[in-house]
Amino acid sequence: MPERKIRILIAKPGLDGHDRGAKVMAHALRDAGMEVIYSGLHQTVPSIVKMAVQEDVDVIGLSVMSGAHVPIARKLMELIRKEGLDNVMVVVGGVIPTKDIPTLKEIGVQGVFPGGTPFEESITFIREHARK
Amino acid sequence: MGVARYIKDEKDRINDVILQSGIRVKPLYTEDDLKEAGFDYSKDLCNPGEYPFTRGIHRLGYRSREWTTRQYSGFGTPKETNERWKLLISQGQTGLNVAFDLPTQMGYDSDDPMAEGEVGRVGMAVDSLRDFEIAFKDIDMGKIGSGLTINAIASIMVAMYQATAEKYGFSKQQISCTPQNDILKEIVGRGAWIFPVEPAVRLIGDVIEYSVREMPRNNPVSVCGYHIREAGANPVQEIAYAIGIANAYIDEVLKRGLHIDDFVARFSFNLDVFGNLWEQVAKFRAARKLWAKNIKEKYGAKNEKSMFLRGIFGGGGGGLTKEQPENNIVRSAYYALAAALSGAQTTALCSYDEAYTIPTPHSALISLRTLQLLMEEVGLRDTVDPLAGSYFIETLTKQMEEKIVEEIKKIDRLGGMVKAISAGYIQKEVARQAYEFEKGVQYGEFIKVGVNKYSGGEQGEVELHEYSDESAKEQIKGLKELKRTRDNREVARTLKELEKATKEKKNVMPYLVDCCKAYATVGEMTGVFRDIFGEFVEPSIF
Repeated sequence: MPERKIRILIAKPGLDGHDRGAKVMAHALRDAGMEVIYSGLHQTVPSIVKMAVQEDVDVIGLSVMSGAHVPIARKLMELIRKEGLDNVMVVVGGVIPTKDIPTLKEIGVQGVFPGGTPFEESITFIREHARK
Repeated sequence: MGVARYIKDEKDRINDVILQSGIRVKPLYTEDDLKEAGFDYSKDLCNPGEYPFTRGIHRLGYRSREWTTRQYSGFGTPKETNERWKLLISQGQTGLNVAFDLPTQMGYDSDDPMAEGEVGRVGMAVDSLRDFEIAFKDIDMGKIGSGLTINAIASIMVAMYQATAEKYGFSKQQISCTPQNDILKEIVGRGAWIFPVEPAVRLIGDVIEYSVREMPRNNPVSVCGYHIREAGANPVQEIAYAIGIANAYIDEVLKRGLHIDDFVARFSFNLDVFGNLWEQVAKFRAARKLWAKNIKEKYGAKNEKSMFLRGIFGGGGGGLTKEQPENNIVRSAYYALAAALSGAQTTALCSYDEAYTIPTPHSALISLRTLQLLMEEVGLRDTVDPLAGSYFIETLTKQMEEKIVEEIKKIDRLGGMVKAISAGYIQKEVARQAYEFEKGVQYGEFIKVGVNKYSGGEQGEVELHEYSDESAKEQIKGLKELKRTRDNREVARTLKELEKATKEKKNVMPYLVDCCKAYATVGEMTGVFRDIFGEFVEPSIF
């Protein structure tokens, strides 16, 4: 049986409507052979987690451009733990200042890919760490 | 981001240049190129201030009036924003450009759970008239015009602007605001939509109609090719989509019994400047001509002013890089040069730290100075449309025009912009291009200095604007206090009237003005619309 493709939910939480980066990553991950689900805009953390469960994804990729990445990631990680989705990996992309990366990692985000990160880097990371 | 595709040989000689629009640039242009392009001075150019206005809408260009500089600003509480504005005005800025935070843009009050973490973050938080009163305190609203970056609920903010001005003794005939009021581009490129397409376009029409009848100095819609380009569209699509969207609004207003010459002269455009310099200049010149032709030939306008493509050409955020951020100061200066060579009436620049966050006062001032020194120091005011007559520029302008016309025909075949957007076609096309473009940058096909070429060297630290949730707390406290102290019966009454008018499909503007004056909140007014209209459901394609 061939190995199941990695399933990833690209999620746009909050009110920020800049989805260029999210859609670019969605295309790149799909070209890399993953199954990509795009949440659409204006999602809440509970709606993202619900979608992740329904779609049975291995990875949630949060895209945040507004600067609210830390509070949003914190909320998401709390809910993921509460729902027992411990094998779902969370990665974050968007406008992320370098100084915030350690904070995000502490919260439990596994990969942080600020705008401009080479596709190969994020794709390899996701391939190597998903479902581990 | 980048500019054009360069095909080189092993000795680094350029064999071919392909602009983002797909136009090939030749190594040399002569008189023959103009002949081949079918260039005709009396049809394609004429003098500045003459139809089809390729060379500009004013006879003397910047000699008669330099450009208006309008830096996008606003953050935190209205009080902080008021201080920043007064600083910019004291430094010679001639108009305001108001940034709202995301909860305000989306019609949520600061204490709404949806607003958490976002209050005052990317712009000013506005919950009620009280906030506008603070923000515009001691600002001469009779003289200083304001751009309002608001779309889904532009109707509410224009009403709020009027209510504020009247409170400070200015009449609605005297003041001037330029709300973006362009919901279709939000759906395509910027994402701050709330209502389904049809009622959303109706609200756009309400603002335009009301402005024409009651607030004649308003520029009630600013059609933003800008955000569509920033989302990934190429310069040809930027103009074609902007014209398509503008036509959708025109059609909405014509239904209300107004004549094209009654209102279209108040339309303005917000267009982007980054990319290849020549392509930008040709784009703006072609756009002016095509807009004039569109208004004259398709809509039968008689008044020449109706045919003017007026607007803000600026920004350029999509071209800025996180890498080596100080380079963005220089980059933006070249973008501003493109805007000046194109005869922009109004302009603004993104600041060098905006690839990170909203600008500091320091970086915003550098942007303002960049614009000022073009006008004051290096001669951009000397003569109008200085590049006219260049074999290259005139050929390129003709070629851009042809490409834009082709793209407009494509939209027409899809049944117009409203249909193409509702079906998600335009969004898909823009996202596809964004991806292709990003690939081009990552694989070094499009050169970005400091990113995929010359990327070594020291990386300077950027001093960033810090978000503080103290402002958010203060904002929420103010809102709670307002709700306690205002006349809640009057609020309920005006909201009820608004609901009735909305259901009866009346123009909602006068009812919104009454709600604002009663200190109804943005969330309460938007709530009336949400209940009646519902929310837009995004086509799930990418």
